[in-house]
Amino acid sequence: MILGQALRDPRRELTVFRNRMMFAGVAILAAFGVLVGRLVWLQVVQRDYYHTLAEQNRISVIPVVPNRGLILDRNGEVLAANYSAYTLEITPSKVANVERSIDELSSVIEVSPRDRRRFRKLQEESKNFESLPIRTRLTEEEVARFAVNRYRFPGFEIKARLFRSYPQGEIASHAIGYIGRINDADLKRLEDAGLTDKYKGTDHIGKLGIEGAYERELHGETGSEQVEIDAGGRAIRSLARTEPQAGNNLVVTLDLEMQKIAEAAFGDYKGALVAIDPRNGDVLALVSRPGFDPNLFVDGIDPQNWDALNNSPDKPLNNRALRGQYPPGSTIKPFMALAALEYHKRTPQFTISDPGYFTLAGVAHRYRDWKKGGHGMVDMHRAIVQSCDTYFYGLANDMGIDAIHEFLSRFGFGTRSGIDIEGELPGLAPSQEWKRERFKQKWYAGDTVSVGIGQGYMLATPLQLATAVATLANGGVPVHPHLLKAVEDARTHVSKAFVPAAGSAPREAAAPIVRPENLAIVRAAMADVTRPGGTAAATGAGAPYTIAAKTGTAQVVGMKQNERYDEKRMKREHWDHALFVAFAPVDNPKLAIAILVENGQHGGSTAGPIARAVFDYYLTGKKPEVKPPPPPPAEIDNEEEHD
Amino acid sequence: MISRAFDLLARRIDGPLMAAILLTSALGLTVVYSASGGGSLDRVLGQARNLALALFALWLFAQVPPQTLMRLALPAYIAGLALLVGVALFGEVRNGARRWLNFGFTTLQPSEVMKIAVPLVLAWYFHRHEETLRLRDFVVAGVMLAIPVGLIARQPDLGTALLVFASGCFVIFLAGLSWKVIVSVAAAAAAAVPFVWPMLHSYQRNRILTLLDPMQDPLGAGYHIIQSTIAIGSGGILGKGWLNGTQAQLDFVPERSTDFILAVFGEEFGLVGTVALVILYVLIVARGMMIAANASTVFSRLAAGAITLTFFTYAFVNMGMVSGILPVVGVPLPMISYGGTALISVLSGLGILMSIATHKQLVSS
Repeated sequence: MILGQALRDPRRELTVFRNRMMFAGVAILAAFGVLVGRLVWLQVVQRDYYHTLAEQNRISVIPVVPNRGLILDRNGEVLAANYSAYTLEITPSKVANVERSIDELSSVIEVSPRDRRRFRKLQEESKNFESLPIRTRLTEEEVARFAVNRYRFPGFEIKARLFRSYPQGEIASHAIGYIGRINDADLKRLEDAGLTDKYKGTDHIGKLGIEGAYERELHGETGSEQVEIDAGGRAIRSLARTEPQAGNNLVVTLDLEMQKIAEAAFGDYKGALVAIDPRNGDVLALVSRPGFDPNLFVDGIDPQNWDALNNSPDKPLNNRALRGQYPPGSTIKPFMALAALEYHKRTPQFTISDPGYFTLAGVAHRYRDWKKGGHGMVDMHRAIVQSCDTYFYGLANDMGIDAIHEFLSRFGFGTRSGIDIEGELPGLAPSQEWKRERFKQKWYAGDTVSVGIGQGYMLATPLQLATAVATLANGGVPVHPHLLKAVEDARTHVSKAFVPAAGSAPREAAAPIVRPENLAIVRAAMADVTRPGGTAAATGAGAPYTIAAKTGTAQVVGMKQNERYDEKRMKREHWDHALFVAFAPVDNPKLAIAILVENGQHGGSTAGPIARAVFDYYLTGKKPEVKPPPPPPAEIDNEEEHD
Repeated sequence: MISRAFDLLARRIDGPLMAAILLTSALGLTVVYSASGGGSLDRVLGQARNLALALFALWLFAQVPPQTLMRLALPAYIAGLALLVGVALFGEVRNGARRWLNFGFTTLQPSEVMKIAVPLVLAWYFHRHEETLRLRDFVVAGVMLAIPVGLIARQPDLGTALLVFASGCFVIFLAGLSWKVIVSVAAAAAAAVPFVWPMLHSYQRNRILTLLDPMQDPLGAGYHIIQSTIAIGSGGILGKGWLNGTQAQLDFVPERSTDFILAVFGEEFGLVGTVALVILYVLIVARGMMIAANASTVFSRLAAGAITLTFFTYAFVNMGMVSGILPVVGVPLPMISYGGTALISVLSGLGILMSIATHKQLVSS
């Protein structure tokens, strides 16, 4: 194929060239036409769409976390506060080698082994892209030193944040509770409640106590800020801001001063105390000893402290006031007496001759009185004042367990009081039906006899005891214990008195659940318990007001028939628990208390002084010189003080 | 004095072409200032220096008569080939590609030389064989084109290889290769695609796949195209105003002062700006085609035509890729993008156009 022929002619050649140029020109115009079409499509037709995308690129909506509400005691003392401080946080996903970077960091600012352990634990519990604190509470100087070296630490960031602090430390820790970092379980709960949006940007959530129960009030409403960001995600400037709404402040019923006095009065003893104003159910003190420092939990507890708290034989994390289920021992006797009066099984004049033991007809077993040789002639008043076991063995046997169950249930035994923090256990007011279901066994008469002195299957929490005693103090009208007193609106500062939600305790209006004349008999006997001749005479000695009380002892280990309780030959953790319930003043009760001292042995001598210190403070304003009860081994066994 | 200096500067300069070049370049400096974040003159001054250098090259090439250029075409081509072989053997590797030769005092990208040398040497070849042009000559021309294109593609530098290949093809096309051959070669090339596909680098394959569907990989390969189309589209008809493009100023547009500068331009000046730029390019191309059509020798015709079409290709490929209708190949926007090398080679080519335009009478007379 030869093309030369045509091309040799210069004119033909020029024509071919010009034709080709013409063709190219048309192609070029077509190409530019397509391009302009594309530009019109992008910049005119689709402009709004791309404008939106560009705005989404540059505008980032950042949640603004609200300040958490404060928790105050009834007198305005701060129990939980916020403070702002700097933290140094690491986003593990942005750091090549976290461990090595932390090594390097420790040459710039101090990083303790504890910080590292805590960080490692946080890292295990969270997702890689979350920003986790390695150091909290940086000083200004540390912030400056890090800022200079910042370039060496990509993925590390200084943040100014609000921190929760519990200025009272261990005091009232079980009631206040604490906040902690939101974990997967919390997240699930928030999702189920449809609150995920409200918690954007929030790292912490109330876990226990008031902090947990009133999370919704304390958290507040999350605000938002529209920020212009660059491609690297750095904020350039703020465009718009919706202010967050701070959480509401909570005023709780606790009296910090009373709480401190009560805790100090326990000394080294473990145990619990609940003090309730019988007139309105305000819980003025809620003690569980030993306590713990809630500040440890705020930014993730380090494994060492966690192990120490969690594995301690003293179980400091267990809220004994709500979760400790103990045999109430003799503190149940006033209720038994009242039950017998209500059921017409006893009159106040009914008298027994106490040989020092009780036997059931046809059974050899002797139910022994705590006093060898017995109390002699005993009527109801004397039985309560001297805590005569034999009297109540017989009384219980005559009542029968189901009547006892019915009556104790009226006072809240065996059911949760409905206090407004979580974790409460129900205790146990046994019945025939209960034993059948629980053990597939029939109820024996002997079972009832033990329940008569608060032993056997009977279990109660200190909170239940306090609630029941408060009901006695309140003229037999049921009391509903609660911790929240008022909610103070964060913006308007208007306080709204809190109306407790319905608990599981019986709430049959404000009518007494027992006859006033029967109640008066029992209250008179309880008043004599703290007078000379009573089991807690020492507690009442010299008090400018009257105290109605009842002592109690709960066995930790069972005794054989012929075994004698001898504290000197037993381990301390096997010593009996001491119990004490009381209210004062007798005629116009303002405070009802239940105290449990683990291994405290004698209600009168170990728990009594604690009660006295609290009453003195509340009724006379007197604050005790710090004087914990004497160590038990040095104590002389005194009949008057014995239960 | 002043008028003599002006006469010297204006010697052999094509007025209309020069006006379009200066207007476009001024626009370029304005956008480079915005694309470098505003507030700093460093980049603009650097680009102004590049521009001065390139204008000087343009002036120089305009002074050289086409006959001389024709004589220099073959030596330049051979020297270029030698440099390309040198790159393959001793070249410096940057960003995974072997494109640069280090002479100690300066580094050179020999593929840029080929952008000018290839169309010139092919025009020279067809000029020499004007009397006896046969298919064989087209085959020889094809080989002369294939060698440098192959070497550049190997570096790898797909964008430049494509442009050099296009410039050569334009010469062959304008020299009058039969349509039958063109159509059959194109058909054969299309049929070869399945065989060539596996030989491409994975990033090259990705670029093509990403073009077909940028959303497939919005944070990776598709990011460039997505962000640049957002920038252009959000500019609307009038644009967001100079220095006010959010996509550009907040760093969302990658390579915003070089290959993707059209995104900045389109965002800040809108459709009015982009269409004005297209019109400027059309004016330059139209002027180039006029010069080619009126050129007096085969060499100057073919050279002028090829240079013009190559210039169009530059502009179109860049605008096409930034607006999302062509794959992303590393081609700067002529006279707008920041960077000296491409600017010098583009203006050198336009200088040759001016030489052809202003030496015409001399030759024909």
